[in-house]
Amino acid sequence: AVSSPWPVIILLNCSLHTFRFIGAGKPPMFGDYEAQRHWQEITYNLPVHEWYFNTTDNNLNYWGLDYPPLTAYHSLLCGHVASLINPDWVELHTSQGFESSAHKLFMRATVLIADLLMYVPAVVLYCFYLSEGSNRKKVCLVLCILLYPGLILIDYGHFQYNSISLGLALWGVLGLGLGWDMLGSLAFVLAVNYKQMELYHSLPFFCYLLGKCFKQGMAGRGLFLLVKIAVTVLVTFTLCWLPFLTDPGQVLQVLHRLFPVGRGLFEDKVANTWCSLNVLIKIKTILSTDTQLYLSLAATLLAALPSSIKLLTKPTLWQFKLALVNSSLAFFLFSFQVHEKSILLPALPVCLLLGDLPLPAVWFLQASTFSMLPLFLKDGLFVPYAVTSSAFVFYSVYLLSALEHSSEEELQLKSLSLLPFLSQSPGQFYLSVAAMAGLSFMSVALAPPARLPDLFPLLVSVFSFLHFLGLLLYFNVVQIAEPPSPRRKNPKKTE
Amino acid sequence: MRSANQIERRRQRRRRRRRRILSSGLYNTVMAASTADSWSWFPALALGVSFLKCLMINSYHSTDFEVHRNWLAITHSLPVSKWYHESTSEWTLDYPPLFAWFEYGLSHVAQHFDKKMLVVQNLGYASPATVLFQRLSVIATDVVFIYAVRECCRSVREEKGSKDLLVRPYFILAALLLWNYGLLIVDHIHFQYNGFLCGILLLSVARHLQGRHLEGAFLFAVLLNLKHIYLYIAPAYGIFLLRSYCFTKDNTDGSVRWSSLSLVRLIALGSIVISVCALSFGPFIAMGQLPQVLSRLFPFKRGLCHAYWAPNIWALYNVVDKALSVGFLRCLVVCALCSFMFGWHVHEKAILMAILPLSVLAVESREDAGIFLMLATTGHYSLFPLLFTATEMPTKVLLILLFTLYSFTSLKKLFRGFLLNTLEVTYLLGLIAVEIICEVVYPLLPWKQTLPFVTLLAKSVYCSLGVSYSFIRLYLSILRPTDKPKEL
Repeated sequence: AVSSPWPVIILLNCSLHTFRFIGAGKPPMFGDYEAQRHWQEITYNLPVHEWYFNTTDNNLNYWGLDYPPLTAYHSLLCGHVASLINPDWVELHTSQGFESSAHKLFMRATVLIADLLMYVPAVVLYCFYLSEGSNRKKVCLVLCILLYPGLILIDYGHFQYNSISLGLALWGVLGLGLGWDMLGSLAFVLAVNYKQMELYHSLPFFCYLLGKCFKQGMAGRGLFLLVKIAVTVLVTFTLCWLPFLTDPGQVLQVLHRLFPVGRGLFEDKVANTWCSLNVLIKIKTILSTDTQLYLSLAATLLAALPSSIKLLTKPTLWQFKLALVNSSLAFFLFSFQVHEKSILLPALPVCLLLGDLPLPAVWFLQASTFSMLPLFLKDGLFVPYAVTSSAFVFYSVYLLSALEHSSEEELQLKSLSLLPFLSQSPGQFYLSVAAMAGLSFMSVALAPPARLPDLFPLLVSVFSFLHFLGLLLYFNVVQIAEPPSPRRKNPKKTE
Repeated sequence: MRSANQIERRRQRRRRRRRRILSSGLYNTVMAASTADSWSWFPALALGVSFLKCLMINSYHSTDFEVHRNWLAITHSLPVSKWYHESTSEWTLDYPPLFAWFEYGLSHVAQHFDKKMLVVQNLGYASPATVLFQRLSVIATDVVFIYAVRECCRSVREEKGSKDLLVRPYFILAALLLWNYGLLIVDHIHFQYNGFLCGILLLSVARHLQGRHLEGAFLFAVLLNLKHIYLYIAPAYGIFLLRSYCFTKDNTDGSVRWSSLSLVRLIALGSIVISVCALSFGPFIAMGQLPQVLSRLFPFKRGLCHAYWAPNIWALYNVVDKALSVGFLRCLVVCALCSFMFGWHVHEKAILMAILPLSVLAVESREDAGIFLMLATTGHYSLFPLLFTATEMPTKVLLILLFTLYSFTSLKKLFRGFLLNTLEVTYLLGLIAVEIICEVVYPLLPWKQTLPFVTLLAKSVYCSLGVSYSFIRLYLSILRPTDKPKEL
């Protein structure tokens, strides 16, 4: 057996970062890459109160800042480092559209460092302290989670810093799992303050902690815990927003940038309900913007309600992980103005389930990567996409013996015979992956017919949507129908 | 009569069996892999490195890319009689004819990717389809290398009574060979076909280890006709084959029994080598182009002969009597290193010719493992200047860290203990210092403008210490009196 895992971990890290670094191809000279560079320029040169406002120096139409303050502080830090290496990179106005191979290296390096500092340690600690199995299984789990193509391609290829927000959320999960509630809440609040999309995960965090307080009795320890957590959350929020709290106008403007409610139910092709429904009924034109807003709000809450209530009544780590999946997936499918990149939010908790429910998890993760195919094609990332997806499917099936764990008992469906199709899971999984491969190849090799120029992105998003819907139902069933018997495949960690 | 229950149970059992068969394929290989006797981990390793190679498709490529594109164009568009006369491009055909036929074969596939790359006048043509085709051709021909590694792993000796798969010699050998840093960097970034060629070399070695000498000889003859740089190790081959194959018996003290020369075997060997050469050079001899071909292959004939044959033959004089007892593979490695140390117009890539066979020795003996660690680390580091672009910097650093860390930890685990003494470790750590000084400190100094080549010089000199040291140790291991004949 592997006696000490640390040499292996370091090796895995090196190899995977090599994968990520060279795998992502050339970063695009437009889009999020330029946005990030621009934010470094803005935060480095302008005073805080101008960051979110439209001024002569800061044109909000040109990649205006639309993430919470922590992103701005991070950009400021990167901006300082950039100016030390080469001030031209962050020169106000003149550095717009700046391109050079040294700059590309620098930007890639910032993503790598963020990854190494924030995301990777969280994954390693999660696998070693909060999952079951032999040392070797844990190492395999680390490998498979870090191999998830979606995060690699978006962060290193499309160019974003999701590893920070997802990493912080994972630290939050770690904190709660190990019983350090306040540190966990702190980490999660930081995550929300880095990217507002983390609010997709907020319902489970809230229900878990509230449920825990209830369990400990609202008269004594429970109330005390609740107060401690509330104070932590408030203090963290205050500290993050401190420079903006001097003026309520500032706060309102930032919120306005973070939640652009004027933009409509969905943009472009995304694998959620509204876009897929739009194929049959043109909801975008039938309903007014306000109705759309209320409809999506109602649908989201309704979809997320069952799992949240279950978590409230039974706050255990296992329930928490499932609730994270269910809630964020419900938000993805029904929420307002969802982007295809938001699939990374449900993908993170599903990664955490790789050790427990390998087959559905691998299936979901592969579908999530596939759903972003149109985005990758736009960025010229087809080869990295094909290679990393194939590597991910092959290695997760090989190392986690995903297909073996697919009998009904393992899939937690013993008490339910109403889902008979899942008994043929391995075959269906292969079929589904083959279909995804086929569609991917067709998207890049064939030209769409003239009458339907969006045929392939539409097929991709509808195909993914069906998978997501099915897996949402499955994970909900697993969470809610959890048998009360103590003899379970994955004993949950008691608080 | 069966009851309903029994029928139902039987049905369920059949269903479960069906399910298991569906899922069994890949899973069974997983379960079997944990028992170290099956070879299912091998495809996983090979596939992993192939994935990595696919990701490197769009990285920097050197002028060697244009060289091979040019050769594709020449062999496709021009008749055979013009191949060795063509000189529109500066990268004239200077490999033996069999390689030209190989490029000719590739060109037939290339025309489906981008016909324009096969036009001789398109100098420097590098469309995305061209890059894709060329890179894929290297990755595809690497299948020869993968097969050869498998054959080598099969021939590796090991002690009984183990152990975990990760500590088995053949697993470590497979990892060290398949994921060899030098091959990855030189073949899949810089652009060459070394994997394919070293694969044939290793396959030939494996055949000799398995006792299939005629096949081994055939493969080596093919190799010589693909790239004549392997002439460097031809003496080792020739003498070994003569000694161990043509002379069928030894005296009791291990020396040659001259009377046991088997003419049949000698003729068989000779005819194989001659027929391969005839097939390769035949058309050109018939056209009377032999001098032209030779002048392309050996651009400065006289100097080359003087410079590299002499130390080679001198080196082998010492081992001619002991060839069998010393071991064929060891001979090969020393030959390759000799040519690297003293040869003329040696390219730093030639160090791979020594490192790869040495990997086989390294998993079998503790001392060889120590030498391997020194040579591989130094040799790989010496390849750094080949990739000088900023974008490739993280790749080459991360990959070398990966390979070096793995080789150290796995060999240490295999031989249970430290393989290098303090001085050697200090030297290797010094490589990191050299890299930092050359890349970070020196550019900030004023001398960079006036003496820009100091960094290259410093790296070469520092690495030469490590390579020379390894060479001397290997050489001494040959000269030491051996008590028993080794199989390698």
